Parts: sequence; C-alpha cells; structure tokens
Amino acid sequence: MDKVNVTINGITVNVPKDYTVLMAAREAGIDIPTLCFLKDINEIAACRVCVVEVDVKGVPMRNLPASCVLQVQDGMNVRTNTPKVRSAVKMNVELILANHNRECLTCLRNGTCELQKLCDELGIDDIEFQGAKREAKIDNLSYSIVRDSSKCILCGRCVSTCRDVQGIGILDFTKRGFKTEVAPAFDFSMKDVPCVYCGQCIQACPVAALRERSYIDDVWDAIDDPEKFVVVQTAPAVRASLGEEFGYPVGTDVTGKMVAALKRLGFDKVFDTNFSADLTILEEGTELLSRVTNGGKLPMITSCSPGWIRYCELNYPEFLDNLSTCKSPQQMFGAIVKSYYAEKEGIDPSKIVSVSVMPCTSKKTEANRPEMEVDGYRDVDYSLTTRELGDMIKRARISFTKLPDEHTDSILGDYTGAGAIFGATGGVMEAALRTVADILTGKDLDSIEYQAVRGIEGVKEASVVLPIGGVDTEVKVAVAHGTANAAKVLESVKAGEKDYHFIEVMACPGGCVHGGGQSHVSAKARLDVNPKINRANALYELDRSLPKRKSHKNPEVMKLYEDYLKEPNGHLSHKLLHTHYVKRDSYIVEQEEEFAKMLEKLDK
Amino acid sequence: MKIFRSHVLVCGGTGCSSSNSALIKQRFEEKIKELNLDEEIQVVSTGCFGLCEEGPIVIIYPEGSFYARMTVERVDEICEEHLLKGRIVRKYLFDESAREEKIKPLSEVEFYKKQKRVALRNCGVINPEDISEYIARDGYMALGKVLTEMTPTEVIQLVKDSGLKGRGGAGFSTGMKWSFAAPNQADQKYVICNADEGDPGAFMDRSVLEGDPHAVLEAMAIAGYAIGATKGFIYVRAEYPIAVHRLEIAIKQAKETGLLGKNLFNSGFDFDVEIRLGAGAFVCGEETALMQSIEGKRGMSRNKPPFPANKGLWGKPTIINNVETLANVPQIILNGPGWFKSFGTVKSPGTKVFALGGKINNTGLVEVPMGTALREVIYDIGGGCPNNKEFKAVQTGGPSGGCLTKDHLDIPIDYDNLTAVGSMMGSGGMIVMDEDNCMVDIARFFLDFTVDESCGKCTPCREGTKRMLEILDKITEGKGTMEDLDKLEKLAINIKETSLCGLGQTAPNPVLSTLKYFRDEYEAHVLEKRCPAGVCQSLLRYIITMDCKGCTKCARICPVGAIEGKVKEIHVINQDKCIKCGACMDACTFHAIIKK
Repeated sequence: MDKVNVTINGITVNVPKDYTVLMAAREAGIDIPTLCFLKDINEIAACRVCVVEVDVKGVPMRNLPASCVLQVQDGMNVRTNTPKVRSAVKMNVELILANHNRECLTCLRNGTCELQKLCDELGIDDIEFQGAKREAKIDNLSYSIVRDSSKCILCGRCVSTCRDVQGIGILDFTKRGFKTEVAPAFDFSMKDVPCVYCGQCIQACPVAALRERSYIDDVWDAIDDPEKFVVVQTAPAVRASLGEEFGYPVGTDVTGKMVAALKRLGFDKVFDTNFSADLTILEEGTELLSRVTNGGKLPMITSCSPGWIRYCELNYPEFLDNLSTCKSPQQMFGAIVKSYYAEKEGIDPSKIVSVSVMPCTSKKTEANRPEMEVDGYRDVDYSLTTRELGDMIKRARISFTKLPDEHTDSILGDYTGAGAIFGATGGVMEAALRTVADILTGKDLDSIEYQAVRGIEGVKEASVVLPIGGVDTEVKVAVAHGTANAAKVLESVKAGEKDYHFIEVMACPGGCVHGGGQSHVSAKARLDVNPKINRANALYELDRSLPKRKSHKNPEVMKLYEDYLKEPNGHLSHKLLHTHYVKRDSYIVEQEEEFAKMLEKLDK
Repeated sequence: MKIFRSHVLVCGGTGCSSSNSALIKQRFEEKIKELNLDEEIQVVSTGCFGLCEEGPIVIIYPEGSFYARMTVERVDEICEEHLLKGRIVRKYLFDESAREEKIKPLSEVEFYKKQKRVALRNCGVINPEDISEYIARDGYMALGKVLTEMTPTEVIQLVKDSGLKGRGGAGFSTGMKWSFAAPNQADQKYVICNADEGDPGAFMDRSVLEGDPHAVLEAMAIAGYAIGATKGFIYVRAEYPIAVHRLEIAIKQAKETGLLGKNLFNSGFDFDVEIRLGAGAFVCGEETALMQSIEGKRGMSRNKPPFPANKGLWGKPTIINNVETLANVPQIILNGPGWFKSFGTVKSPGTKVFALGGKINNTGLVEVPMGTALREVIYDIGGGCPNNKEFKAVQTGGPSGGCLTKDHLDIPIDYDNLTAVGSMMGSGGMIVMDEDNCMVDIARFFLDFTVDESCGKCTPCREGTKRMLEILDKITEGKGTMEDLDKLEKLAINIKETSLCGLGQTAPNPVLSTLKYFRDEYEAHVLEKRCPAGVCQSLLRYIITMDCKGCTKCARICPVGAIEGKVKEIHVINQDKCIKCGACMDACTFHAIIKK
C-alpha cells in the first residue's frame, strides 16, 4: 500500500493512503473523540463529534469534515485542537445531550456509558441549548432486550450491526427530522419482530438505549426465600469476561473468583455449564455418528446457540431437520438439575430454582420457550447475563478482586477442556471432533487441537479422515459465527456447492465470548483490543491447563450415564435433553384489524 | 401529417389543470365538433406557459391570441366568434395584450419580452404527449448527431466548453461531472435525472417534465453515451402525477420509435430509462440520499467522497443531473457551446428558470439569461408587488437560500453573486415579500420545514435546527432576549460548518441572511416586543378606537369575554384576557377595531 505524509497538530506521520484521518491521528498519538464510530461496522459520519479542520497543501477544506471517514491525502494538514473545532465538538455533544434522557445516576450504563465518558473528556459543564425532547418509549415486552428511546442518541451503531454484521436488520431509522428514531418496523415491539435476541445491538450501543431485560430481582427473591434451593450454572464464556466488570484486562479467566463470588451471593449450589457442554458433546456426537452411519439428515447443524436456532426457524425453516435435536447446554443442565440431581440429593424439584449466567441475551428467550420443561418443571427459571452477575456481585459489596479461587460443587461441576472451549467460535466443533475421532478410531488420540476451526474468520472449513463403518471417510465440517455468515454457509449448502457432514453455527460473531450479554468494551477500547480473540484465548488457555480435555473423559458426566441416563440418545436422554423446532413467522400481527388500520394510515 | 388552419393550445400544466383546464379543453373539442370545425381546428393540451397568475391560459394560433383566466363558460363564445367568424374576443384577452389598439403579440408582452426560453423552449408550444411534435421541433436530432458523428470524449468536451452548470442548486460544471464518471471502468453505469424538486414554491422541473419530457429523455441518452451508461433512472416525486404520466407516455413512445432501447440510430448504443417515484422526503433531492431511495432504502445522505461518479447507485459509477440541466443539453449539442455562451455571464453562461411566487403580480415560471438583474425579474417580468405594497425582500434558493433586500435588486443573478451575498441560486425558487411579511416569521417558516425534513442522521441538522426553531418561536412570541440572537447565530454557524450534507450545511441560511439584513426586525421583536409587519400573533394587540359606537356586537362575539363596555359607550379590550382570535375585528361594522 502506498503511503502518504499527513501532518496532525504539527506531527507528521507516514500512513497508508487508505487510512482515515482518525486512524492517522492515532498514529500521531492524538485521540480524536468519536461517538457513532464503530470500526468496520458503523463508519457513517453522523454524530459530527470527530470533526477537524483541514487544509490540503495550503487549500482549506470547506467546513469541518468528519475525520472518521475522511481519507488522508498527501500534504494534508489536520488540526484537531483549534478553538473552532473545540467549540463545534462541544456544541454537537451538547445538542445530543439536550435530547437525551440524562438520568445518569440511575442509568444502567452509569460508568460504562460512552456518552458520559465523552462529556467528561470534553469538559461539558453546561447544556446551552435545551428544549423539547423526542417522544420517550420503553419496550420491555420481549424476554431479552429492552429498548428505551429516551436514551437513544441515534448513532446508528445498532442499526449497522443488526443489518450488516448479523444480516438481520430489524432495527432502522424511522420517521424524519427531529422526530427520527431507531425502531423496528411499524414501531413493533421487539417481541413481535424477527429479532433473534443475540444482543449484538446492546454490545454496539454506546448508551443504555438497548439493554438486557434484567432478572436480578427475581434471582434475589429466590435466594432470599428459605423454601427455595437455588442452583446456578455459568456458561463457558462468562469466566473470560466477568473480570472486565472489575477492572481485569479483556479476556482474563476468573473462574475461581467467579465461583467464590457466586457462593457468597448465596446460591445453594454452584455448578458449571461446562459440565453440560461435555454432556452435549456425548449427545450431539452420538447423534452425528448415528446420522452418518444410518443415512440420517446431513449436514447436521449444532443447536447450542438459541439466537441461531431462532434465526434458522425464522429464515431457513427448510434446515430445521438438519438441526441437532439436542437442547443447548443451558437447557440440558436445567433438565438434569431438576431430575437426576433432585433425585440423587432427595430434593423436591418444585423447590429448585435453576439460574443460569450466560454471555447471552437470547438465552433469556430460550429459557422461556414453552417446550423447555420436563414434567412441568422449567429447565431454567432465570437466565442472567455476565453483566447482570457483575452487578449482583457489586450490589452484594463483594470485593471481587480479593476473592480466593474456589471450586464448583459436585456432582454437576466437573468439566473437561472440551467443555471449556464451547465459548469460542469453533469450540463445539473441536470438542465434538475430539470425542467422535476417539470413538471412531477406538483410540485415545493425542492430537486434539483442531487449529483450522479456531480463529475469527467468518466461515471456517476443515476435513478429517475418520473410519466410518470400517471405511476411511473424509468428514467435512464448517464453522460459522454471526448469523450473516451462517446464511452464507446455508446458501452454499442449498445451492449444492458445499456438502458438509457437520456445521457449527453461533449467532454471535466470535461465538459466545462476544455474546450480547458480555461485558461492554467501548468502541474506543476495541481499536486496541479484540475481545473475540482475547476471550477465546483465555478459554483455549484454560483448556490446555485442564487434566482432561475430552468430553467423554468427564467423570461426572460418565457417572450420570451410568447411574441415570444409561446411554447417549437413549430413552431418558430424549425426554430430558432433546427438543424440537418450529417454523416461525417474521412479523407477528396479533390483531389483523390493527394492522389494516396501520396500512391505511400509511396510505394516507 | 394533417394540416389544421387553427390550433387551440390549452395549458395542461399543474397550475392550470387545478383550475379545470381539462374541462375547458373538453368544451373546446365539443363545441368545435358542433360547429363542424373539427377537421380544420385542432385542440392541443400543452405544458406550462409560465404566466400561471393568469391561468387557465388558452392560446389560439395562428393569431397568437392569449386568452387569460379562461372559464368553461367563455369557450362557446370564443368558438363562435374567434374560430368560426375570425373575430378575436378582445374582452377575454390578457389585459396587457389588448390594452392598446393593436393586439400585442405574445413576445411583446412584458412578461415574455425579457425572457429567453432554452430549457422551456417547448413548454406551452408542443403537445408533450406526442413524440412527433417534439421531433418536429428538432427533437432527438442532438442524440442522432452525438451517436453518429461524435465520440463520447467529444460530447463531454462540448458540454464542458459550453460552461453549463448544474441547475439543481450547487452549480457544479456538468461537463466536469460527466468527465469524472466516463473513465471509470464498470460493468454498469447509470445516469440519474434528479426530478425530486422539493423547495417550497418551486416548480421549474415539474413544468419541464410536464411540457417537454422528451428533452429530458434525449439528454439522458446523450449523457449515457458520454459516460458509457446504458441505464437511466428518473427520480421524480409522486406528488407530480401529471409529470409522471407524461414521462411514462414519453418513454413508451420513445421506445416504440426506437429512440430509447437497443441499438439507437444503428450505433450499437443501448439506453433505457425507468421512472422511480419519490415518497416526498425533501432530503431525497440530495444526491446520495436519492440514490439510497432508488435502491429501495431509506433516503439518508452519506458522506462524500466517494462521489457518485466513482461509487454511485448500487456502487456503480453514476451521474446525477437535474431536470433543467438536462433540458439544456440537446440545445447545446445542436447549437454549439458558442451559442449557449452567448446568453448569460462569462462564469455562468446560459439561462435560468425561476418560479416566481409570493407577493408578486405575475406569479409563474420565467426563464431569463444569467446575469439578469433581480430588479428586472421582479419588476419588469414579475410586475412588482400587488396592491402597490412596498417590496421588502426576495428569498432565493428555498430552504437553503437566503433573503435579499432592495439593496440587492441590481445584482446580476448568477451562482457566485448570490452566494456572495449569503443566499444561493438553488433550484430557482424566488419568493417575493412585501412590507406585510415579517422576516423573523419567514425565517421561522423555512426552518420549520428543515426541522421536519432533515433526514435525521447527523446531529447538527437533526438537533440543531430544532433548537434554532425553538429560539425563533420564542422570539416571535415576544419572549426572546438579545442573548438568544447570539445563540441563534452561534448555532447557525455550527450547523453550517459541521453538518453532513448540503441540506444541513445550508439550512441556517434563511436565518443567517435575515439576521444580517433584517436585524432591526429581530431586535424589534426582542427589545420592543413588537412585530413591525404585524404578523406575529403573540405580539399583536387588538385595540378599539374612538370610532366605536358602542353597539356591543364585539363584546357579544368575543369567545373569552375580554371586551367590556356599556351600550353607546366606547368599548375596551382587556389585553390579559384577549386570545387574539380576531373575531371582534371581523364582527365590527364600524371598522373601529384595529390590530397593532
């Protein structure tokens, strides 16, 4: 790439010519403020907070251009700290604030709000232009996501993320001028639109306009109820992000402290979803082998990610039979707790409250799917996000950083490295291959790291030669993360271009480590740190440190089969651990009359 | 072609159509048939004649008799007298043409005398729904010439040489624009005609499309040949049904005639045009938002670069030209750049169409050479302000332009001159204001428009204009302070300098220009709590004068009981109670209630 010389505030830097002024300024050690900018996702020059004064070879550019989209030119002279720029940036932030619900002290994002931080950095001490505010609406009807228009600053980060990263596009700008807002079509509730509740919009949101629906109070109530036996499971990816809530670098594994904190919060038993991840491998691996050998529907596609399941039900119903019938590890865990565990410990399952901590917002909706129960007992009663757990720990005044490392409880707390890596894209595939390869070869293989399925490339492919029915067969697999990438893979399968045996799909880019429930990493911090990579590395590190790294070596899981389930995909497994899927309509219109009225209104 | 001894041209533009010109045309046809003249006389529906104030307009050739303010009732008399007996019905003629003994030909009438019609040359002359009439006026000759005698480079050079600038507002060189798109390699390029005319009071583009749609189609094909595009889109507002209808007919006829479609003039060049309807968002006139809209997305502006010439519609090289710009192109090709440059000024050659409106006698559409003074347009052509009111200001460029005063009347109109005094050419709206207009209220009006019409993407335009409007509201309600004027200016400058697209960058112009030229009016509102023009309701007081006879009518009609007084005594309005509805003033038989 050709390079050009650009001078920023008197500092000359030599940068590739496709750089923006914003990126060039970083090279010069100058931090231009941004708000709507989300690298590679939302570069739309909308907030006008990154404006600069520029001249090119002595000729001043008209007005104040936005540095986030302004491409560098040789001989460009940029000034970011002139009275004109300072005043313009300040005024634009003030204009945003004037139309923002400024209840910062009682806001969920107090402390992690990017707008709040910007105000601090820019020294906003007064909002000169006050006046009317946009109509405030709160939509908290879905199980997963709350939309609060009074907080929305119309940066468009969620819009671009949903549309371009996820390929879904349920959020967009609606109305015009001062009345502009970001909303689903027809101002429908998030519960009635083809949202998969992945929560990537929450991850993109710099403020609290999009946030998870909180179940913290329900969980406190359960803990405080002496009649209830409250058990908690934590998903693989949570441990790689929870520390960020307490100042640890992005991607620090805090398993021990997390367990200690959960015990101090008052949960009766602290278990681990890693356990049921191992269990999933046995069920799903067995299902795969049976499909391959018995001519079942292929490719088989993983079903751990509820966002993905919903996406498939909404957009690719023709692939429903390809989905593994296995419940997700969250649901499997819940089902086991209220059956096997209750029976073993002699606890009345109606007294058990099953709580999960997930990196995910879609898990909240999954837990509430009507079919997710056995004998009338809900698999999971409340699903919390990593952030909610962080909040609970803070509210309980637990000094997280000073906690000792503690261990999960038996008999549902043991896990292998294979379960641990579920949180990263490719992790389920790798865990499955470890077990399937052992079973098919009848050996305890040493080579267990499948590098081809690791990393953050959108679609990954690999093939392994394994003996199936005595014949060496090339088993072809694919891994996709982010629903847009999932669509690509499905389209290639549909077109007959690809023929895989097994596909792993995670709804979130990077997999669960970058789920919608994980700790917020600001747009600015993401320029230096990639949470997808850092958190995945933490999980692979954990995997390497564990004595057992294959799911079928998990002693507690094997004991579960021995004592209770008898065999993978057996009768009891089917009752407890497997589920079914349905084709879903995209826009639910409960009252047709209302819809007709709406159309009429549009016609006018 | 059939020969007729007489032609009755009935204006079929939007203005005259809304005063029932279709019924007038129908009555002409019926009556002519009754008189058995239908083999001799043809009735034609044309595009706009320009002098909308006098509509519906009917012109009868060969005499060129200009019948103004026509009604259905007058048709029979005109048919019997004029068409049958050859006696022009003077009493129905346009005043000015019948004032003197000798009937004035159209070209001598003041309204038309100083005009030079290039873009409008066929408007009001031909039947826009008949391609053969366009062809008879040298239509598609320019396209033929270009395809058979010229290379694309030569076409671009010719347009460059002519100095034609974009008539949509910004005034960028058309030839340059084409030359940017031409060298870009792509499997598809596009030509877009921007017919999303949105300025309040502007109807130049509508009239061209209604009166001469083929000129636009021909120019698009020429542009397509010049840059290597085979596909064109006309983005036109759905609010222009007549224009859309005529365009549809024109495209169909051009395709049937082989003037659009495959292998035009046997040159191997293909060009096709499709219509896309806009849903009424003002911002869709901005080219990047317009392209989004054609793509089926929400019309929102995006940052430039990339410019459309490099990455336009669906990411392909695209040129976007305004209707009026395109309407000039065939004439430039046929007559050469020298001819075009013989009108107008050195920096802005050619002519410009303006939509004259507001407080002006001759409301309508005029086309004058660039460099014509505002005074000539407003007084000589427009006939000045009605009712001998004093001219106060002229607003050019719509919501993006500014207000100019009588001190600016002798400025020769061109892009640079208007920009230099804080307004802009814009697409050609020209709204005249007289002493009864409050300039604060005018600024408020335009800002109210932008607050609604901002696409909502960038902060300064979406939020800033609203705050400006709130301040203006405050001022017109008599609650403003001098500090508010500073705030207003500060905001305006920030919006101008930091907005994403042209809409926001120009939105404060009406406020900035009025603040500059009519600051005294703002100050009167703020300091004296007075609206000098008597427009701002909150600042008005209804007062009962000594002429009051004590009839009690006003007291009885007042909805809030604000008027007190005994019979046969002078009544008094309690200003605290008065809601300024004006009912008393309307009711008073003695004109004893005044507004002050």
